Amino acid sequence: MAEERVPVLESKSLGIQFGGLKAVNDVNLQVYKGELVGLIGPNGAGKTTIFNLITGIYKPTSGSYFLNGKRMNGLKTHQVVAEGIARTFQNIRLFQKMTVLDNVRVAFHKNMKANLLQSICRTKAFWKEEQETTGKAMELLKLFGLDEFADQYAQNLPYGKQRLLEIARALATDMKLLLLDEPAAGMNPVETAELKESIKMLREKFQIPILLIEHDMSLVMSICERVYVLNFGEVLASGTPEEVASNKEVIEAYLGMEEDDEGGAADA
Amino acid sequence: MPGKMKRNYGICFAAVILGFLLLCLLFDTSLLGKKAVYFNGLIVIGMFYTIIVCSLNLLTGYMGEFSLGHAGFMSIGAYLSAIVTTLIKDNMELPSLVLFLIAILVGGIAAGIVGILVGIPALRLSGDYLCIVTVAVAEIVRVVLSNFGIPAITGSATFGKSFAGIAKVSDFHYVYFTMVICIFIMYCYIRSGYGRALISIREDRIAAAASGINVTKTKVLTFTISAFFAGVAGAIYAHYITTLVPTYFNFSKSAEFLAIVILGGSGSMMGSIVVAPILSALPQLISYVVPAFASYRMLIYAVILVAVMIFKPTGLFGGREFSLPNFLDRMLGKNKKEKG
Repeated sequence: MAEERVPVLESKSLGIQFGGLKAVNDVNLQVYKGELVGLIGPNGAGKTTIFNLITGIYKPTSGSYFLNGKRMNGLKTHQVVAEGIARTFQNIRLFQKMTVLDNVRVAFHKNMKANLLQSICRTKAFWKEEQETTGKAMELLKLFGLDEFADQYAQNLPYGKQRLLEIARALATDMKLLLLDEPAAGMNPVETAELKESIKMLREKFQIPILLIEHDMSLVMSICERVYVLNFGEVLASGTPEEVASNKEVIEAYLGMEEDDEGGAADA
Repeated sequence: MPGKMKRNYGICFAAVILGFLLLCLLFDTSLLGKKAVYFNGLIVIGMFYTIIVCSLNLLTGYMGEFSLGHAGFMSIGAYLSAIVTTLIKDNMELPSLVLFLIAILVGGIAAGIVGILVGIPALRLSGDYLCIVTVAVAEIVRVVLSNFGIPAITGSATFGKSFAGIAKVSDFHYVYFTMVICIFIMYCYIRSGYGRALISIREDRIAAAASGINVTKTKVLTFTISAFFAGVAGAIYAHYITTLVPTYFNFSKSAEFLAIVILGGSGSMMGSIVVAPILSALPQLISYVVPAFASYRMLIYAVILVAVMIFKPTGLFGGREFSLPNFLDRMLGKNKKEKG
């Protein structure tokens, strides 16, 4: 990696302490333009905690992080989103009793210009913007093959489609960096393959950098350009998937145990 | 405005006018005879109930937070509007419509301001905790009103712990259109970007924030709008009953509003619109139709509540909206298909 470029996301000795527990400690991450970076590690290593720190759900107790060189510490979640970081969640968090279309339209709200008075008086500007938003939302849904479900409640979508809808919603926020938290969790092999295609399509079409937490090693190894391995809240190793996979410490901490699971999954 | 919406709004507007003409036919002619005054009262009370129940539904059904203090906001609107109109009435002659408009605006704005002041600290809480805070606010307002009374500011009204001699300007013609406009504003709020943001917060607060929604701002805004319409309802009540007693706005009143929201279906404006006038008039109607049951009317009310909760726990409309244009389409659509 060319070090002189400004990374899209950079964290400098980022950490958070819950009482006496250092859940994340001294983490230095860089994500560059157009990159797909994996974040892996055993359960409880602090991967999701890092996401929660970056998106402002937790406040870091040490260190700081930057988006395109701008310090982001202390911003609230909706401000972080406004700056351009969007995420999905490990356990799907869709708006269950809203339609698929509305799930995506919600994410456009922060950029909508119609004020309260215009919305209530139903002015021309309101209708125009409403139509534009619907159009943009439908385009996004089409990308993920979700347009035919637009009028259904999100809770009625099959599991794999719900994951894709979450990604579509994140994209609607018009972000500069996408954080995906275990998008393949609980997916069957067909759905995982579909997800892989969607992520590839995303990168080609939007050229956005992605930080990906994933337990499915075959997925991580096949699509990530660089990987960070986290253990007990600290970065254990980083590098290309091949480098990491042959790192002794990593194998001891993580991959050695994970290989059995992987074999099992491959058999199934 | 898209063509289909234009047509739908037209149909609804026609229905509103039709409803108004029907009411005029009942009360402005001698069709009902001497009973007209009595039913007129039930209708006006039913209409201000509809406004306040819809405003509570904004919180309960769309924001997903319970408020057991709406009688408090209502009393603020009622008292403040009554004080202002009494002052005006004593000093100049104004047509009753102008006085009525001043009353509902003052009532709404007063309650809205209290809504902001309460909402900003209280909406840090949610669920049970917020509910308790709203109860506390309503109780504070009630206790203040029942202990301090209103200072004697003018001669024409009786002041003190109860407040009598308020101008009777809540004519059902005015109240009807006020109700329609209030409901229309709330409907437009829900069916806009703001409403989607609001519902997303109900569904998942963290995901809403992660989609760029300012959760606190949206909640305070909604709470304020809800309080505003509660104040409007209070102003209508004050200028219909003409005598205010603080004990009317007690905890059980707030609970009654909430019960109607749940019965109609939280998250369904139509549920509130249909159920509020019926339930507000039911105790009166029971004692009117079957005088022997008069003392059991609250019991019957309770039985209905329990029965609905057992057989339809999501409320009569269960979070769905009834759409008149779609209903008409379905009725007419069949014919069209047969032709085609």
